[in-house]
Amino acid sequence: MKLETLKAVQAARDSRRAIVLAKRIADGAEALVYADRVDGELAQADVVAAARAALASGRSETVDTSAGKVFLHAFVPPPRMIVVGAVHIAQALVPMAAMTGYDVIVVDPRRAFAADYRFPNVTVLQEWPDEAMERLKPDASTAVVTLTHDPKLDDPALQVALTSDAFYVGSLGSRRTHEKRKARLLDAGITEAQFGRIHGPVGLDIGARSPAEIAISILAEIIRTRTAQTEPAERKVKAA
Amino acid sequence: MTAAAEDILGTAAAWKAEGRGVALATVTLTWGSSPRPVGSQLVVDQDGNMMGSVSGGCIEGAVVKEAVEAIGDGKPRLLDFGVTDEQAWDVGLACGGKVQVFVERVG
Repeated sequence: MKLETLKAVQAARDSRRAIVLAKRIADGAEALVYADRVDGELAQADVVAAARAALASGRSETVDTSAGKVFLHAFVPPPRMIVVGAVHIAQALVPMAAMTGYDVIVVDPRRAFAADYRFPNVTVLQEWPDEAMERLKPDASTAVVTLTHDPKLDDPALQVALTSDAFYVGSLGSRRTHEKRKARLLDAGITEAQFGRIHGPVGLDIGARSPAEIAISILAEIIRTRTAQTEPAERKVKAA
Repeated sequence: MTAAAEDILGTAAAWKAEGRGVALATVTLTWGSSPRPVGSQLVVDQDGNMMGSVSGGCIEGAVVKEAVEAIGDGKPRLLDFGVTDEQAWDVGLACGGKVQVFVERVG
């Protein structure tokens, strides 16, 4: 692989653009296929068409083309996790989520919590959750978790999350807290169906107690939700 | 991108910048139960240091050996591992799956 090819793949990833690296198995000839352009020598029409299909599906595969056997390596932007509340549980959840491959963004307007030293190597936004969420625009590959317990901070974030395409919305709090939250959000115009999207109490029930255990239960629930959507067939086979 | 996530291409670029010889191994095909999906990568330097994986640890040894040779001669290689394969049996692909790995020098 040419060094400039490697750097172009990294640049695409850093700017959250999907890209396919087409590579001829026989000699390593390559092309980078973007949504709107192709760079490189391996630019036969059928190779580019197959690469565009891989770009859409996000699946890497080896295909037979007029140029011979070509490996299409799809690099799609990683999923995102927006964590509202830079609290103790977040300090456990954030590094685990990053290790799992999520781009993690922590949001908390409180300076003492949203200190960079508490969250090395991830984006920490010291902002009001509704403003940050409006700008971040949760999409179908974004998970949102609220952890503050404070309605002033959690509720505005949930209002944006529940009207977005976020694949997972979770909110920390007991059953009673969750009932009160429901009353407030329905008053604010959230529908029953929208509220029903919230995973609350948050996380898989594994009897988690410590911040790290709760973080594991939340991350496990997020992983389960995502694989059920992205790999429904495989998951069904495994469940059977 | 966070530094905590395993960044194989970032490691390849960093090793290259240090002046090391570097190769990338990529899973290009799988059959049956294989532990790592198509697209999984392993980065190797000329001394056999490695990051990432192309299996559950079953074939990395053999892949590293080929990668070090690819760093030396610059030729890409396509490696097949599977239970029907004498060599794979030796390196112990115990999952019963088959996997094809493309190895090439970086730069």
